Amino acid sequence: MGKTLAEKVWDAHVVHQAPGEPDLLYIDLHLVHEVTSPQAFDGLRLSGRQVRRPDLTIATEDHNVPTIGIGLPIADPVSRTQVETLRRNCAEFGIRLHPMGDDDQGIVHVVGPQLGLTQPGLTIVCGDSHTSTHGAFGALAFGIGTSEVEHVLATQTLPMRPFKTMAITVDGELRPGVTAKDLVLTIIATIGTGGGQGHVIEYRGEAIRALSMEARMTVCNMSIEAGARAGMIAPDDTTFAYLKDRPHAPHGSGWDTALEGWRELCTDDDAHFDTEVVVNAADVEPFVTWGTNPGQGLPLSASVPDPASFADPSERNAAERALAYMDLAPGTRLREITIDTVFLGSCTNGRIEDLRAAAEIIRGHRVADRVRMLVVPGSMRVRAQAEVEGLHEVFIAAGAEWRSAGCSMCLGMNPDQLAPGERSASTSNRNFEGRQGKGGRTHLVSPVVAAATAVAGHLAAPADLPVLVEV
Amino acid sequence: MQAFTLHTGTMLPLRRSDVDTDQIIPAEYLKRVSRTGFEDGLFAAWRKDPAFVVNRPEYAGASILVAGPNFGTGSSREHAVWALQDAGFRAVVSSRFADIFRGNAGKSGLLTAQVDQDVVDRLWAMAEAHPDAVVTVDLPARLIRVVDITADFGVDDYTRWRLLEGLDDIDLSLQHIEKIERYESARWSYLPRTLS
Ligand code: SF4
Repeated sequence: MGKTLAEKVWDAHVVHQAPGEPDLLYIDLHLVHEVTSPQAFDGLRLSGRQVRRPDLTIATEDHNVPTIGIGLPIADPVSRTQVETLRRNCAEFGIRLHPMGDDDQGIVHVVGPQLGLTQPGLTIVCGDSHTSTHGAFGALAFGIGTSEVEHVLATQTLPMRPFKTMAITVDGELRPGVTAKDLVLTIIATIGTGGGQGHVIEYRGEAIRALSMEARMTVCNMSIEAGARAGMIAPDDTTFAYLKDRPHAPHGSGWDTALEGWRELCTDDDAHFDTEVVVNAADVEPFVTWGTNPGQGLPLSASVPDPASFADPSERNAAERALAYMDLAPGTRLREITIDTVFLGSCTNGRIEDLRAAAEIIRGHRVADRVRMLVVPGSMRVRAQAEVEGLHEVFIAAGAEWRSAGCSMCLGMNPDQLAPGERSASTSNRNFEGRQGKGGRTHLVSPVVAAATAVAGHLAAPADLPVLVEV
Repeated sequence: MQAFTLHTGTMLPLRRSDVDTDQIIPAEYLKRVSRTGFEDGLFAAWRKDPAFVVNRPEYAGASILVAGPNFGTGSSREHAVWALQDAGFRAVVSSRFADIFRGNAGKSGLLTAQVDQDVVDRLWAMAEAHPDAVVTVDLPARLIRVVDITADFGVDDYTRWRLLEGLDDIDLSLQHIEKIERYESARWSYLPRTLS
């Protein structure tokens, strides 16, 4: 029987295999940030161990960093300590670090791909659940805990039990104005936040093939929100074109050798998936969440559901609690929900294409009165590119705040937070209670819905905005 | 990892069930950047009560925690294990452990000894009547002994072997160092490196 893409990558990385034991997998790339690494480095010190392969390891500062005044010391003592500790650890163990202020600083899942370090067929780990992002290149990429971070630092391997495999096939074409974010939110609402549990999801089908690399990363990024360990998309010409000439992509004859191998990275026709799901792209609409987990979403054209309409008692219960927290009444049209803050950024939607799409919508409009809009590029490179293209001017002219790179309001570890009771439309990936600040209420949206919402002052799609007549 | 064979020490009787990891170490203590020093967070909320058993001088220096069923439920924070170890505990005795806690404990070298609830009851009575009673935890024999109490405890073979040998996960992987090196020497030269 043939193998799935995930199984091919897995098998190519088995260092040791024995009955009853987990497989020992080799790790090609280890991404490190300030939050989940300190104890791992301390553990190495306590046991007198070294980092085995600093040349397969790279660190960046992202979760805690302020997005304004980045030349100044970090005011929050916890954030400052974590960042300073990372700097000390990287210096001591010889690890390349992109600190605040560096041209390549940014969210770890934006930095890896943009440097060309994220490549097809690799095993990639990071002490962060959204490591699944890198699967967009056909890599097997998953988040790990702090003791596993220490394990990889010390051995460049990880003992792992095999995953189950799931195929999500998206047939047909996405309609104009419908984005990868809408697609993945629809998928999560369909299979549920536990639907992918224990699985590696492979996204396939015509609509996936048509997506850009940025859009594929958005899809794979949120695999974790469906409970999966990882998401993957087989590499193709779109992938290779994205990688070509990136700083760490193979060069010269190495490129040709690599390409030959990469072309083999697809699921065999006779391979078996443990679970299969089919989605019709044409059915997907702009999609927003109304609740407090990413599975609680509906098309923007819908209304807040009545908890009584859920047959499953635990879902009904969850819906009741979510509506209480979100302060929403059943039957309210989603388009009528007014918003205080719009956050455009994160490892889900903080890439150049996301900023372009949002700028396109917002160009010539004004952010509504009483709405604050934060635009936080995923990396300093994205920020620089956006400035070359003049996108920053579009956002600033509309009244949005143009910030430096970091995780920012995706999780509010830095000062970018919602106030209690404040409501946001956010392009990030988690709408958990308090995720963006204590008492804050989050609606997950795509970049274009975020832009339209900022202008309208309530949840809105680009088509809802008045047409601007050029003078 | 420190090997565990025969351990002798005194008990701390914790007459509570369903002790979750938030009680073992509250979230506010997780902001630290070190791997040690978590003892001050151990049972922090309960310790505000001067009568709480952990605060009682007769139990200072105890190294064997005897707790009610379902010890270690809740979030998967490894800090819960570290806090117990930093506070000097080498073993926890209970009639039932949460799976994740048990896994984390085994990885870090904290023994989770599973016994019947009536054994827990007798150990509690003993520790309360005689706080200085010396207990022997005999891992090779899977026995716990104190004065006239002798009971066997459950621990899975794999965890027991690792504890006896003092092998942590990293040591286990490094037992295959030759295979790791062989794998590395066969990797394609075009694969990315972060350092040039
Ligand atoms: S942007 Fe958000 S989800 Fe992504 S790595 Fe940062 S905190 Fe995590």
